[in-house]
Amino acid sequence: MSDAPKSLLAVDVRTKKRNAAEARFKAYGLGAIIVAVLALAILITSVFGTGLSAFRQTFITIEVPLPEAKLDKSGVRDLSVMKKVTTIGYKPLLRNGLLAAIDEAGITTDLSKKDIAKLISKEAPATVRNFVLANPDAIGGSMVFDLLANGRIDGFFKDRVTMESAALDDNTSPEALKLARDLKEAGIIQTKLNWGFLFAPDASDQRPEAAGLGVAILGSLYMMIVVLVLALPIGVAASVYLEEFAPRNRLTDIIEVNISNLAAVPSIVYGILGLAIFINFMEFNQSSPLVGGLVLALMTLPTIIISTRASLKSVPPSIRDAALGIGASKMQSVFHHVLPLAAPGILTGTIIGLAQALGETAPLLLIGMVAFVREYPAAYTPDAGLFGEASTALPVQIFNWTQRADPGFVERASGAIIVLLVFLLVMNTIAIILRRKFERRW
Amino acid sequence: MSLSMSVLLAIIVSLAAYFVAPRYVLGLVDGDRRKLASLPKQFGLSAALTVLLPALAVAGVGSVIGMFGIGLPYVVIAVAMLALLYSIVQSRPDFIARNRAERLIGFVLIAASGVAILTTIGIVFSMLFEASNFFRDYHWSDFFFSTEWSPNFRGNSALGIIPLLWGTLYISFIALVFAVPIGLFAAIYLSEYASPRMRSVAKPAIEILAGIPTIVYGLFALITVGPFLRDYFASPMGLGDSASSVMTAGLVMGVMLIPFVSSLSDDIINAVPQAMRDGSFGLGATKSETIRQVVIPAALPGIVGAVLLAASRAIGETMIVVLGAGAAARLSLNPFEAMTTVTVKIVSQLTGDTDFASPETLVAFALGLTLFFITLSLNVIALVIVRKYREQYE
Amino acid sequence: MNMRDTAQTNDEISIETGAEMHMDETSKISAKDVQVHYGDNHAIKDVSVEIADKAVTAFIGPSGCGKSTFLRCLNRMNDTIDICRVAGEIKIDDEDIYDKRVDPVQLRAKVGMVFQKPNPFPKSIYDNVAYGPRIHGLANNKAELDGIVERALRRGAIWEEVKDRLDASGTGLSGGQQQRLCIARAIATEPQVLLMDEPCSALDPIATAQVEELIDELRKSYCVVIVTHSMQQAARVSQQTAFFHLGNLVEFGETDKIFTNPEDPRTESYISGRIG
Repeated sequence: MSDAPKSLLAVDVRTKKRNAAEARFKAYGLGAIIVAVLALAILITSVFGTGLSAFRQTFITIEVPLPEAKLDKSGVRDLSVMKKVTTIGYKPLLRNGLLAAIDEAGITTDLSKKDIAKLISKEAPATVRNFVLANPDAIGGSMVFDLLANGRIDGFFKDRVTMESAALDDNTSPEALKLARDLKEAGIIQTKLNWGFLFAPDASDQRPEAAGLGVAILGSLYMMIVVLVLALPIGVAASVYLEEFAPRNRLTDIIEVNISNLAAVPSIVYGILGLAIFINFMEFNQSSPLVGGLVLALMTLPTIIISTRASLKSVPPSIRDAALGIGASKMQSVFHHVLPLAAPGILTGTIIGLAQALGETAPLLLIGMVAFVREYPAAYTPDAGLFGEASTALPVQIFNWTQRADPGFVERASGAIIVLLVFLLVMNTIAIILRRKFERRW
Repeated sequence: MSLSMSVLLAIIVSLAAYFVAPRYVLGLVDGDRRKLASLPKQFGLSAALTVLLPALAVAGVGSVIGMFGIGLPYVVIAVAMLALLYSIVQSRPDFIARNRAERLIGFVLIAASGVAILTTIGIVFSMLFEASNFFRDYHWSDFFFSTEWSPNFRGNSALGIIPLLWGTLYISFIALVFAVPIGLFAAIYLSEYASPRMRSVAKPAIEILAGIPTIVYGLFALITVGPFLRDYFASPMGLGDSASSVMTAGLVMGVMLIPFVSSLSDDIINAVPQAMRDGSFGLGATKSETIRQVVIPAALPGIVGAVLLAASRAIGETMIVVLGAGAAARLSLNPFEAMTTVTVKIVSQLTGDTDFASPETLVAFALGLTLFFITLSLNVIALVIVRKYREQYE
Repeated sequence: MNMRDTAQTNDEISIETGAEMHMDETSKISAKDVQVHYGDNHAIKDVSVEIADKAVTAFIGPSGCGKSTFLRCLNRMNDTIDICRVAGEIKIDDEDIYDKRVDPVQLRAKVGMVFQKPNPFPKSIYDNVAYGPRIHGLANNKAELDGIVERALRRGAIWEEVKDRLDASGTGLSGGQQQRLCIARAIATEPQVLLMDEPCSALDPIATAQVEELIDELRKSYCVVIVTHSMQQAARVSQQTAFFHLGNLVEFGETDKIFTNPEDPRTESYISGRIG
């Protein structure tokens, strides 16, 4: 057909052009991957860069005198009397302890006594007070405490606060930072692992150094229990019905379309549902893990149903036939044979659904979980019922901290994200291991 | 007595039935189980369900519609006890307990499937109800066509949805412009070009992006992307000095959507039969020619469906825009200006002190309803397209 | 080239192959000691063969014998499979097609291929045929392209059936029509060799007859290599036949001779229906 047979060994101009286009196209693809991976890398570095320091905290180690005259005027260690001494009463004791330590170390400073006391966190008097109330016998002597340093001092050792920024700051001053540096050299100020971040409750706007995730983690845990208890059985039951028993008719079609749509409904809409139905109509407690769990369970249900149906579908019909063939009822064939075989897939889907629910924020904002909660919620109280006490949740706590003015809370929010990501990582790893371990090829 | 306590009691009664019924019926035949029409276990199961289901139904329905008032827990226990009596009386040796148990289980299964329908009904009615209250105070045409949004808690608010929709669509548009090409090219590269080793690294990395909660993306927008765009683009170009902007939220949302677009595209591209590719290679087409002129056109409906699903995601996304886009309702073309979205306003109108009689609060339900219908129609169209596409190659 | 060596290295039994009698004829494709590995699986062992121009050569043999694999080596379609490795020498017009300088894209324009299952693109009939000429830049304008498409469809013996609906989708045709469309599509890039991988296995007898007629017609202009399951088909359409078994080329020669008087006992067994 072609007049002059072309040699295959010489690449013609057109082919060169086409190969160049091929190389460009391939480069676009590689570029896309690089952009995606880079975005992930930047995101992770940014979160870890700002958040890792939340796991370490600056503490001031001083010996605090606990004079009986100030703390227990009755002298008989009557708790009701001792409780009348508020944190304001403890404040001078801490200041005296710190001043004594400064003298002892031979450090000089131009700061007033009042400003020196500001090095200690506002949370610290409560720490000492709680200790004294728990150990009345300590009164009369003195005691060495690891007290939280003020957020600005903590920020100074984490490079968040500098001399320049301190000069413009009402809450601290360059002199205070200098003093802190001297104290650090003297070993009075130390930076240590911060367990309080994981277990302490939230703290108010002025005290980022004391803020912890204890209540939030507990609240998230309660909600996950509610989600698991509701969404897993309902999801599995619905999937079994739709996959194994439902007649192919209009109603089943509607349910199916409905489920795939529910999976794509924006999460905030579930929040509106929770607010209108569970709180306004059924009058459950606002901010309670029960309502949060109910909302998240409804949200997770489609995910669980979709993955459960997929794993039921992957069990070959021959298994069902075999059971039916020896006289088992349809119900028995499903519950004795199909469901156990599909269990790993169901479990994997459930864990992934739970992980999604754990990270979900928007609907919880609408049902009031954004409130400031310092009390650890009880799982059950006669008044509030099961999971009825006000609580907050991990992702909402993060949101909450992003809305606070003190820059110390940015570090807390990022740190909380690390905690959240670690939980998610653990859950997803378990899901992957389960899938690998039980993966069955028919 | 609280309701949860009575439900707990009902469960205990039902457990008792599970153990008592088989003993009782075995006693009737002097322990010869061959004389029973069903296995003893089936008698237990049937009795337990006969007790539990009516009790749970009464507790559930009663608490929702407020039947019996504070007497409800006692009614629940009464129902459970009566059912226990009935189930024992019914346990005769010739009673086919298996059929009864299976009928009851079937009923439970159907009820579970009904939860999905109930959820949808709950969503629609909760919003319809409050939104209709809103439209009684506030004229619908002002809501849908007014270009001003300035809520005022002393009344006389302007509550036009147009600026919110504009912000929503603008941000979603930027997100899609970013995510669709990258997601699509990433999917193409991974399925057609990448070496197995590359795939084993890049694919999980992209999947990790999908598993990251949106609050994390929100914080990323707030502390990293926003300040970066402000300092290096917006300020030098004189386009504004706000860290939260349409661009910030759009870009971060784009990153969030990459794995979504790429995994959907991956499914769709892989659904194009290999024979189609072979046909093209056999004619001397290069890989890219095959992809651009054969695979993508063949996969186009599916890809369009995927883009619509991604758009619906973007429109309904909340946390990224709450933290990244800003709160000012504005109709502007400048992508570096702070704008706001429907979802941001739903959050801001419904958190804090809310008064469910004022239009400023109720408008959130009208916004929610609008959002729901927009995303619902996008989803339905997308699902229909994708389903049609799948059938074509099955 | 020496077929005897090949056969001897593979088998204890020394056999005479019929290939030698074509040595002086102009051969279009010449393969020497070709080995193909799929991962650890040695799929083609020491195959050497000379394929004549302007003739139909049939590859026959039981399933999994390597005949399709070998066919796909001839236009380097195996390149698209990651785990596939090809060794040995395959020359077309005396040029080694596995030479580093050879662009497989250019090669495939010269060596067209038709597949087992008709695989028209989900495009119009016109665009299906015009696809190849477009990517290879064979037409300068629409009129030329129209000419190429019409010529190809005529040679593919399908023009009369589709000329009034060139804009209709190629996937809407019947199976036989689809396969002839695919052949027309392959012809449109003006190849010199046409490889056909069981082109009739998905077709009914009437469509098969039409395609076979077409193959016979194409023989006048092209070097056609066809893989087939059906011995009757090989006998009907081909002039030469190669019998593959377990990755070895067992026997190669005039079709008439292979079917009436095979030299290798395995060929005889296959033809008489004992293996396969």
